[in-house]
Amino acid sequence: MNNGYVLEMKNVVKYYGDTPVLDGVSFRVFRGETKIIIGASGSGKSTILKLIMGLDKPDEGQIFVEGRDITKLKEADLTAVRQKIGMVFQESALFDSLTVRENVAYQLYELGVDETEIEPKVRQSLGFVGLEDAIDKMPSELSGGMKRRVALARALIGQPDIMLYDEPTAGLDPITSRRINELIIALRDIQGVTGVFVTHRLRDAFTLATEYATNGGPNATFHREGALLCIANTRFLLLRDGKIIFEGPDELLRRSDDPYIKKFLA
Amino acid sequence: MPLTLKAAVKEVQDISSLTARTFLGAFRRPLYARDILTQMDLIGVGSLAVIMLTGFFTGAVLTLQTSKTLATFGAIGFTGQLVAVSLVRELGPVLASLMVAGRVGSGIASELGSMLVTEQINAMRALGTDPIKKLVVPRVFATTTMLPVLTVVADAIGVMGGLFIAVFVLHISSNLYLSSAWDGLSYMDVLGGLLKPLVFGATLSIVGCYCGLRTYGGTQGVGRSTTQAVVASSILILVFNLILTRVILAYTQ
Repeated sequence: MNNGYVLEMKNVVKYYGDTPVLDGVSFRVFRGETKIIIGASGSGKSTILKLIMGLDKPDEGQIFVEGRDITKLKEADLTAVRQKIGMVFQESALFDSLTVRENVAYQLYELGVDETEIEPKVRQSLGFVGLEDAIDKMPSELSGGMKRRVALARALIGQPDIMLYDEPTAGLDPITSRRINELIIALRDIQGVTGVFVTHRLRDAFTLATEYATNGGPNATFHREGALLCIANTRFLLLRDGKIIFEGPDELLRRSDDPYIKKFLA
Repeated sequence: MPLTLKAAVKEVQDISSLTARTFLGAFRRPLYARDILTQMDLIGVGSLAVIMLTGFFTGAVLTLQTSKTLATFGAIGFTGQLVAVSLVRELGPVLASLMVAGRVGSGIASELGSMLVTEQINAMRALGTDPIKKLVVPRVFATTTMLPVLTVVADAIGVMGGLFIAVFVLHISSNLYLSSAWDGLSYMDVLGGLLKPLVFGATLSIVGCYCGLRTYGGTQGVGRSTTQAVVASSILILVFNLILTRVILAYTQ
């Protein structure tokens, strides 16, 4: 009963206290697609990611991850679902008592993977984000951008099918943000990872929606969509006060006549 | 005020649920043996200096105070007994626990609170770890097992502190002091003196974890949780001490 959708939310309602943060949210993400969720602060963007990860439960509605309703699962059963999902948290959320190596290897240790297999995987994952040299550093020794990249490497170590990005570029300079965006584009286009990307930075959102990668690894090259090729695997969701007010590709978003959307994009 | 009553009941329910999950978690795989050992080192060995100082000065001052009263009855020879019994029954367990509550309980609350507000706890869950097993069980286990040991150290050093005062200030012979201390203690005193820190250790560590894990409101919230952990666990230690003393005395003939 997969229907080709990897992620699906059906009429999800979530209250924090008496105020609804999500008010009947429904959307689907197909395999290999990247959904960009934009909206003002407090519009419920991050809550969607927490619900998909099962870190919080919705008050109403259903959430399907690869066809399985996770809203009824117990914490112990959620572990299996979470192994398919990687998440990059807003402020990196690295374990500050562990080294970069231990942070990235964390999931493998938890799964009881053999020590000899862990080291090469950690190096490969750190290599993807270009931080192999930082392997023995503590998180406190890293810059903000490096922390995000380690967080990305940590989320990727289990080779997840789905990646959730919670404002991965917030607070970073344009060059470092660009670097993170390129990694995310490469994951989407080269490795076919399904993604949900939450941001309030339109610039990053449009980078993701208009550029594509034709090579992975160190020789990755990025191109802008044009008259011949239009990226169809990245779509926008615009949230306003817990409701979806727009869903579709960047071209339609830009052409929208809705006054709120116009104001938001301005 | 039905609202505050509801909140209080919710609080009791939450902390009971955490206690139950901690207890059950300790018997289910995976067991984080390395984390347990690290915590035992941090909590047990790390508190040793504080505990020894507490024990020494408590024993010393107790000797000074009691000898004065005992001298008026011509019973200065019983100083050792009074000091030993007071230390083993009451002051050792309670003061050691209060010191550890201040040192370890606050540390647990602030560490877990910081991890919560920086989303490290969520990251841990996202990577497939139950924070109860990984963070709470090792801390509660380590505190519960280490506090009785620390109490024994505090008691012993306390008796030595008393001996120091007895010999050098009061000029009581060390033989008289020590034999009186030894004779005064019963097995029930020692047993009760070990049961108390076991209960207090579990209490202060669970309260510390609970306060840390319900932190809200960023860095400011971490400070609030830390204070709450120390205040709540200290009060609970004193309340449980009264209850336990009543129970232990009922079994002591």
